[in-house]
Amino acid sequence: MKKEITPQDADIMAQLQGTIPMTLTPFADIAASLGLTEEEVIARVRDYGEKKYYRRFGATLRHQKAGFRANGMGIWSVPDQASRKEIGEKLASFTEVSHAYERPSFEGWPYHLFTMIHGQTEQEVRDIARRMSQTVGISEYDVLFSIREFKKTSMQYFDHWPGREKS
Amino acid sequence: MDDVDKKILNMIQTGFPVESHPYQTIGAAVGVTEEEAFNRVKAMVDSGVIRRLGASFDSRGLGWTSTLCAMKIPAGRIEEAAAVVGEYHGVTHNYERAHEFNLWFTLIAPDEDSVATILGEIESRCGMGPVYNMPMLQKFKIKVDFKFKEAGGE
Repeated sequence: MKKEITPQDADIMAQLQGTIPMTLTPFADIAASLGLTEEEVIARVRDYGEKKYYRRFGATLRHQKAGFRANGMGIWSVPDQASRKEIGEKLASFTEVSHAYERPSFEGWPYHLFTMIHGQTEQEVRDIARRMSQTVGISEYDVLFSIREFKKTSMQYFDHWPGREKS
Repeated sequence: MDDVDKKILNMIQTGFPVESHPYQTIGAAVGVTEEEAFNRVKAMVDSGVIRRLGASFDSRGLGWTSTLCAMKIPAGRIEEAAAVVGEYHGVTHNYERAHEFNLWFTLIAPDEDSVATILGEIESRCGMGPVYNMPMLQKFKIKVDFKFKEAGGE
């Protein structure tokens, strides 16, 4: 947690983590609710964007991922640490891959690289993984699909910001 | 949804104007009045086409830490373990995968100490073996935006 983020910053950002007021002047309304000026709120919100506290400011659509019905977690065993970067970048270069990371391996978990692979069906995702495996020459891999989802939420950072009262 | 709505959506998905009269700017960009731009956005929020209109905060940008964790839960006890894991507000995604490492979850917390504390609690409350903590060591790609097609709908 960044030390320079004050409780007042958290109060402002708490107003941005859901949907902003649906009025002609949303920032003036946020300012009024916090006892600040509109100019100050606008300047701060822009500053938070410049500091990369948020990735984007805008609309999240309900159907923005429509068309991709299946996604699988591709896991890849690359014992040679020195080649993980090159192989990871090659795996990431597939357009069907949205995320690609290196993560630690464990006893019984011999995988080092993780890729989220998207397709229309599970079979298509497996086919993409096979092409990926041929491209990078890694034969020890698997694709895991989610069987059951128990929880999926967006993080409400500012409801739980240390030092800030929950509002 | 007509072309004006689609133009508005493409503009405000990434760049809602952070200024005094945002709908004036949006209207000017797509050729309608401030009031019409506002009414169109409000209608899309009300109908649910726009699920949320605000900032997408970044755990790393805020200085928080996030990780992916897995557990090996005995068959038949996975709901029990998932219920414990799901109680933590920093657990944003909790799901079962077909593998010996069968219960997976993502955890977001203010710092590494909080992560260690929460994972220790989950281990002792579940009593079903270790939580394998798999934080990102290297990032090759993250792509979250899917462009909305103006022609041909979704």
